[in-house]
Amino acid sequence: MKKMKKRNMHAGPSLIRQSENRMKLDVQNIGKTFTLHNRNSVQVCGFSNVSFSVNRGEMLALTGPSGVGKSSILKAIYRTYLTNPGSILFHRTDGSVINLASCGESQVLNLRRREIGFVTQFLKVLPRITALQAVASPLVELGETEQTSSLQAAYLLDLLGIREELFHISPLTFSGGEQQRVNIARGVIAPKELLLLDEPTASLDEKSSDRVLELLMELKKKDIAMIGIFHDKGKIERVADKTYNVQREDSPVMTSSIQQEAA
Amino acid sequence: MLLDVRNVSKIYGTSCDQCLSLTGVEHDRAICPECGSVVAVNSISLSARKNEILGIVGESGSGKSTLLQLIYQDIRASSGEIFFQGVTDKNGQPSNILHEPPSAVSRLRSKEMSMIYQNPRLGLNFLFSAGGNIAERIIGAGERRYDEIRSNALDYIRRIEMETSRIDDYPEEFSGGQQQRIQIAKALSSSPQLLLLDEPTTGLDVSVQAKILDLIKELQQDMGFSMIIVSHDLGVINHLTDITVVMKHGTLVEYGLTDQILEDPQHPYTQLLVSSIL
Repeated sequence: MKKMKKRNMHAGPSLIRQSENRMKLDVQNIGKTFTLHNRNSVQVCGFSNVSFSVNRGEMLALTGPSGVGKSSILKAIYRTYLTNPGSILFHRTDGSVINLASCGESQVLNLRRREIGFVTQFLKVLPRITALQAVASPLVELGETEQTSSLQAAYLLDLLGIREELFHISPLTFSGGEQQRVNIARGVIAPKELLLLDEPTASLDEKSSDRVLELLMELKKKDIAMIGIFHDKGKIERVADKTYNVQREDSPVMTSSIQQEAA
Repeated sequence: MLLDVRNVSKIYGTSCDQCLSLTGVEHDRAICPECGSVVAVNSISLSARKNEILGIVGESGSGKSTLLQLIYQDIRASSGEIFFQGVTDKNGQPSNILHEPPSAVSRLRSKEMSMIYQNPRLGLNFLFSAGGNIAERIIGAGERRYDEIRSNALDYIRRIEMETSRIDDYPEEFSGGQQQRIQIAKALSSSPQLLLLDEPTTGLDVSVQAKILDLIKELQQDMGFSMIIVSHDLGVINHLTDITVVMKHGTLVEYGLTDQILEDPQHPYTQLLVSSIL
């Protein structure tokens, strides 16, 4: 909180122009309806009228009760879900803007490789790979050497409190909390500009949760924009700069900054 | 763009001018009611970029293998256009490979594109040794020096994690999974830009299937070629591909990112397919 105020106080005129360009993601009035063709074409509303924006180095927390569509919103940004209507404008470092809701599949694939990361709620890896390989693989896929990638993976696993003796075992044999930390390490190892986090601390004890939150704070300092789903108010206050309360159907939605709430 | 397929169709039979409009997923048939011709592939358009992995899924008889054979020029399309990076006319403009002379098509098939068939007998010459099969393709791609050919063949035998001492054994002396590995070594030995795979692991037991798929993925990451893989197994598609094409009755039903197709399928047929996963 103090840090934020300090940063704002130092934001002189030159930084105002910069702040105009700090937009990372601008979600405008998106909605998602699932049509189940094989169930008499029944329509299920995932979410509707969702609008928010996130700047670089900022964490937006999505809040709201279970089943309100928070995870679906993250999947829509990642393009696992197709949305209609609305637009999801991704601002690239070179100044160009891409609408993730309508751009081509190849473009989405390129963005996923280099710019947009997603830490899903559950770890999905093949049972034949070790924890170290699972974490290192996103870096290897970007062309980094196996050795450098493994070193970085070991550093992250250690940082998140995974014991070294587990590094060479399939993470699918791990406990829920350990799997979640492997998943987070895997999600952050390759530098991305926008990170989507689906309940990254859901099944973690306090100590592990602290480590994850500290890691996320570090990422913010590196100017990474993040959208996360958290249920714990304390965690939201600690890590998020603003919240977006997702609500059912057409009820009004609120965006608020943590500073405003605190005030 | 590495490969650009535009409106390609394949009709078996006399064919009439209504074959394409009266068949397909919206008519729920692939046989033309007017002339009785079988429309195996109906006006398909798709593209593949460098390093991209495409999957084609659909039920038996949906035309997915035929589409692969049309791309590889195993069979000739009835209509449409196929462009491949680097194949140009005299003015340097992209040229439809369906109108290229046989020599150009042959060059494309022996160097730039490779096919791995479900049945190793289609991809391997059983009268040649494993090394001979690999050498055949290396020679086809232009290499003539014996030492180079032999050392390249040995290198690919190593890459498929096979004992190099078996280089002179004949395909029938290998198991089904090993035959598939030799097919992979042969297909990749010309360093192709595009690898086409037609149900490469169907019929193999699950442990062999996993090893072959892991090998394919590893080699793809290493060598950076593009792939189009045909499979009716959504697990294989999920494991290997970035983009998925769904086919039924010869037509393209849905095209999208693989995770989108599996988690948010739009078309009734795709929804049925995804809900049928065991």
